[in-house]
Amino acid sequence: MSFVGNSNDAMATPVAISVASPGDYIALLKPRVMSLVVFTALTGLLIAPHPVNPVVGFASLLAIAVGAGASGALNMWYDADIDAVMQRTCRRPIPTGKITGQEALAFGLTLAFLAVFTLGVVANWLAAALLAFTISFYVVVYTMWLKRATPQNIVIGGAAGAFPPIVGYVAATGEPSLACLILFAIIFVWTPPHFWALALVRAGDYHRAGIPMMPNVKGADHTRLEILLYSLVLAPLGVAPFLLGIASPVYGVLSVTLGAVFIAFAFRVYRVRTGPQADRNCKKFFGFSILYLFLLFAELLSERVITLIMGMLR
Amino acid sequence: MSVDKDMQGVTLTPEQQKSRRQRNIAIGLAVGFFVLLFYVVTIAKLGPGVLRSPM
Repeated sequence: MSFVGNSNDAMATPVAISVASPGDYIALLKPRVMSLVVFTALTGLLIAPHPVNPVVGFASLLAIAVGAGASGALNMWYDADIDAVMQRTCRRPIPTGKITGQEALAFGLTLAFLAVFTLGVVANWLAAALLAFTISFYVVVYTMWLKRATPQNIVIGGAAGAFPPIVGYVAATGEPSLACLILFAIIFVWTPPHFWALALVRAGDYHRAGIPMMPNVKGADHTRLEILLYSLVLAPLGVAPFLLGIASPVYGVLSVTLGAVFIAFAFRVYRVRTGPQADRNCKKFFGFSILYLFLLFAELLSERVITLIMGMLR
Repeated sequence: MSVDKDMQGVTLTPEQQKSRRQRNIAIGLAVGFFVLLFYVVTIAKLGPGVLRSPM
């Protein structure tokens, strides 16, 4: 909130006291990103070999979600200048003046501390350290450094979005394993083509904001090629949980099918380069990429839930 | 005159009062939930041992 130092001035002019609602603070947490983090962290938490206490699992998940929200608030604090000039982000609480940058900074730091502390107390301190690393990686390495410096911003910065399954798994077991590293790798390789499809459509927005996204720096054709190459790596990587015995043959069939469709969508993005159809292909690819990740993780999650229920019924 | 105004402080508009009240309620609920969460987690982590007194 903004406070008024001199009440005489305050009487003379309309005072800048906050009219931000709780909803505006929730918007700072980027709820849609949070829901994806919760979903992938839950998968990491449940693929652990031994079932975690439900209360501890719920509290751990909540801490990871709040940590993700804190990252979002700190990202909005630092990026308020570029958010204001981008069509997609100009209605966020800081550009619209509902919340000041200082308030967002204080809110984000408080939540980050609470999230890390809570995860350390309820789960273990390795998971808490990983959460702290994830938050600082997203805020310092991605937001403050890479985002405005290199077209590889989303490649390296994407690691922050790939960490939640590891944090979830470590919260449950106390140590990482190959299973959660595979989930990390899938999200890590999935992130660049997913965001580049959006960047192709919104290249003008990123250009206005001065963000060196791949289409603005290397050109649209090069970006389309990179999308295709990443998709060719992602499709077999998506099958890895089945090949390594982490998931069932049902997952194997699903991941092969979805991977083939993913490559087909990427090929269409690569082939059609101009006109409204090119934009439509990018939007379709962007939408399908979300569905791809959701279905893979939902399948892993449901397999594990079914196994746990069967175990309880025996 | 000026002293009177100082004493009165800032008068909030109805919109500012409403949003402040909403924020206060949200903070109250969040703190209450946080306390409850730690209570429940403590019970869950201690398990049946929570009922055993050393006396």
